[in-house]
Amino acid sequence: MSETTHDTLAGNAERGEPLQFHETTEHHPETGTLLGFWIYLMSDCLIFASLFATYGVLGRSYADGPTGMELFDLPLVAMNTSLLLLSSITYGFAMLKMQANQLRGTMVWLAITGLLGAGFLGLELYEFNHLIHEGAGPWRSGFLSAFFGLVGTHGLHVLFGIVWLVTLLFQLKKHGLIPENQRRLFCLSMFWHFLDVVWIGVFTFVYLMGVLP
Amino acid sequence: MSELDLTKLIFGRLTLESIPYHEPILIITFAMVAVGGLALLGFITYKKAWGYLWHEWFTSIDHKKIGIMYIVLAIIMLLRGFADAIMMRIQQAWAVGDAAGYLPPDHYDQIFTAHGVIMIFFVAMPMITGIMNYVVPLQIGARDVAFPFLNNFSFWMTTSGAVLVMMSLFVGEFAKTGWLAYPPVSGIIKSPGVGVDYYIWALQIAGVGTLLSGVNLLVTIVKMRAPGMSLMRMPVFSWTALCTNVLIVAAFPVLTAVLAMLALDRYLGTAFFTSDLGGNVMMYINLIWIWGHPEVYILILPAFGVFSEIVSTFSRKRLFGYASMVYATVVITVLSYMVWLHHFFTMGSGPTVNSFFGITTMIISIPTGAKVFNWLFTMYRGRIEMEVPMLWTLGFIITFVIGGMTGVLLAVPPADFVLHNSLFLVAHFHNVIIGGVLFGMFAGITYWYPKAFGYKLDPFWGKMSFWFWTIGFYFAFMPLYVLGLMGVTRRMNHFDDPSVQIWFIIAAFGAFLIAIGIASFLIQLVVSYRRRDELRDETGDPWHGRTLEWSTSSPPPYYNFAFTPRVHDMDAWWQMKEHGYKRPEEGFLPIHMPKNTGAGIILAGIATVLGFALIWHMWLLVGVSFLALLAVTIGHTFNYDRDYHIPADEVAETEANRTRMLANHV
Repeated sequence: MSETTHDTLAGNAERGEPLQFHETTEHHPETGTLLGFWIYLMSDCLIFASLFATYGVLGRSYADGPTGMELFDLPLVAMNTSLLLLSSITYGFAMLKMQANQLRGTMVWLAITGLLGAGFLGLELYEFNHLIHEGAGPWRSGFLSAFFGLVGTHGLHVLFGIVWLVTLLFQLKKHGLIPENQRRLFCLSMFWHFLDVVWIGVFTFVYLMGVLP
Repeated sequence: MSELDLTKLIFGRLTLESIPYHEPILIITFAMVAVGGLALLGFITYKKAWGYLWHEWFTSIDHKKIGIMYIVLAIIMLLRGFADAIMMRIQQAWAVGDAAGYLPPDHYDQIFTAHGVIMIFFVAMPMITGIMNYVVPLQIGARDVAFPFLNNFSFWMTTSGAVLVMMSLFVGEFAKTGWLAYPPVSGIIKSPGVGVDYYIWALQIAGVGTLLSGVNLLVTIVKMRAPGMSLMRMPVFSWTALCTNVLIVAAFPVLTAVLAMLALDRYLGTAFFTSDLGGNVMMYINLIWIWGHPEVYILILPAFGVFSEIVSTFSRKRLFGYASMVYATVVITVLSYMVWLHHFFTMGSGPTVNSFFGITTMIISIPTGAKVFNWLFTMYRGRIEMEVPMLWTLGFIITFVIGGMTGVLLAVPPADFVLHNSLFLVAHFHNVIIGGVLFGMFAGITYWYPKAFGYKLDPFWGKMSFWFWTIGFYFAFMPLYVLGLMGVTRRMNHFDDPSVQIWFIIAAFGAFLIAIGIASFLIQLVVSYRRRDELRDETGDPWHGRTLEWSTSSPPPYYNFAFTPRVHDMDAWWQMKEHGYKRPEEGFLPIHMPKNTGAGIILAGIATVLGFALIWHMWLLVGVSFLALLAVTIGHTFNYDRDYHIPADEVAETEANRTRMLANHV
């Protein structure tokens, strides 16, 4: 495409029309927030990649301690997973309401999303607490270090997402669906779905494969 | 008992004994730093410059000022890093046979660790980030970066990391582990002190800054190029900046993750990298080099970009093989992820794996070689002007080729088994980092200095600096190649064999030549400032440049371009000059710009406190500073009033001044 532009412009010059070397009106470069946030998410994804890799290497180093088969409570994890997947759907509804320019609906769906996220975190904390009381804390073996490192990092992200979500609720209440807030809703949306995708990896790679002998 | 606990809660493991007042070297250094620091603070107060510094610099979101602040940080840290270097050179030249030298192993180990960490993270990184920050938006015809506030925040986070490293000199100790802090020696059993914790938190905090500035420049280059500037019309320096920032975004998260795991091992007693309980030490070494190898390309690619700009400008020719230069850069970017294992061929991963990584390593030399030929062919039949930036470029081409060849030698696994961890390796990476990155940054500073400050640097002291650096480099590092081939290993503070001493004495002599080179550079800054009226650049285009940054005044107005340029060709400014481009002198419009903010420096200040508290296990302060960090961050997001318009009158006045200046010049 640039080639053709170049040719036309060169053609202009040959016809004696001078090249225009600056814009005469106000130039608005595209806003880069969504791209920037996306790139940040990809870098975050690499943090998870490193943790997954570590789990891949250490995941069977039990050091005579408990194994995944003995520890993981799949029904609990299934419940946990459903909460998080459901929260992605409800976030989707919030975005639909945003596009319909309905402030109240957006806020209600956001709040529901936050509650589901909090439920997910609650169950995860219950699981962690249970494991530590059983003597399967992160210091017990390489496997458990890698497990707590990966799952805990995901949990911290969800916690951060909830703090962000609550902040955004206040900002929506204060300023309504102004463009800045819409952009923020978009970014949080990407963040939230990203955490969902990572969780699917955790669920499969850590829990489902972890209970295999 | 409860009183004791309270003290522990507040001060953690920080006690008066943590201050190394029994070490005369450190006390003298501290006294010098304290006197110098107080003098500086007094001078600023006397000049009533605090308000100026705060409003015009510290809180500035202007990419040009942030770029300059990065470079100032890098130069200050260069002095610290070099002080470490010369101390090591003196120790090794002295401590042979019966002589013990003056640095006990405990101190010497901290010095070589600090030297490596400082030179990579707090000299080379801020230097390239500073130059990219300054030049890229101007080269692509943008008014600022994509996220101006983040830019300021990134700079202060980098500074925060540097402050923590400097603090470790006088409060506690620094790591004694080498610059990559391999476990198990960096684990809690072998390193129970605060040294490794200083290392971890300084790099984590600075890493936030590096990552965000990577995202920022990447989006800037992708989204904010002037109309008509397709990727293949972008100046080569901006191309190398693009690739470097891709590498930053794709490599630094791995460092964050691996250091976080090391921190968990040390703070919570987890078993990621321990020798027992199923930990895996080699996992750390693999991960850190998956970051570490791209890191060396993060440093060298912008230097390649600088040389490309300079060669083309001072040969008065379009760069030879522009497209091949771009492809070579991209190929290096991709390949840099496929070679990390060559840092530990001796791990024992077997001949197949080692051959793979040996071959990929050798392949990288192909695009790099293509670049060298492109530079040479650009000079061929050019009208070469031997200005100081060009001298650095020639010095680079010769020195870097030697370093590249020893690198290919090390890429051969059987040779590496012999040379691993020897001074041959140390000589190799100094050869490419000094001869490549550092020469590139000095070339870049000399080249763009008139753009930033409105006057050229004094050429006499520039040449002094160049010659002392170059000759000093050869004296300092060629003996290390010899020693490496003799089998001398790195990181030793004493040698039994007297036959090695002469080589270390030559190396120490070289280090003193480099010291003169650094001094010449500083003198150059002072002399140029005093002679600024003679060296003044009124045209904005002192070197007859080819790219858009030379189309603005020197220094550029804070909005960079009164009207966004429109680009029709690579070497956009050259084409504009050929077409007899006339600057618009009326019809100015208001310009939309971001506002300054103090949030960046405040957040980074709190992060420094948080880091310090984590290092010393001051849990109360950890909690308080963490909450403060969170509160200020959230508070900042409630600020929606972040930009303003420069009135058209003000733009018209600034541009009228420029018109008058240009008229004076003619």
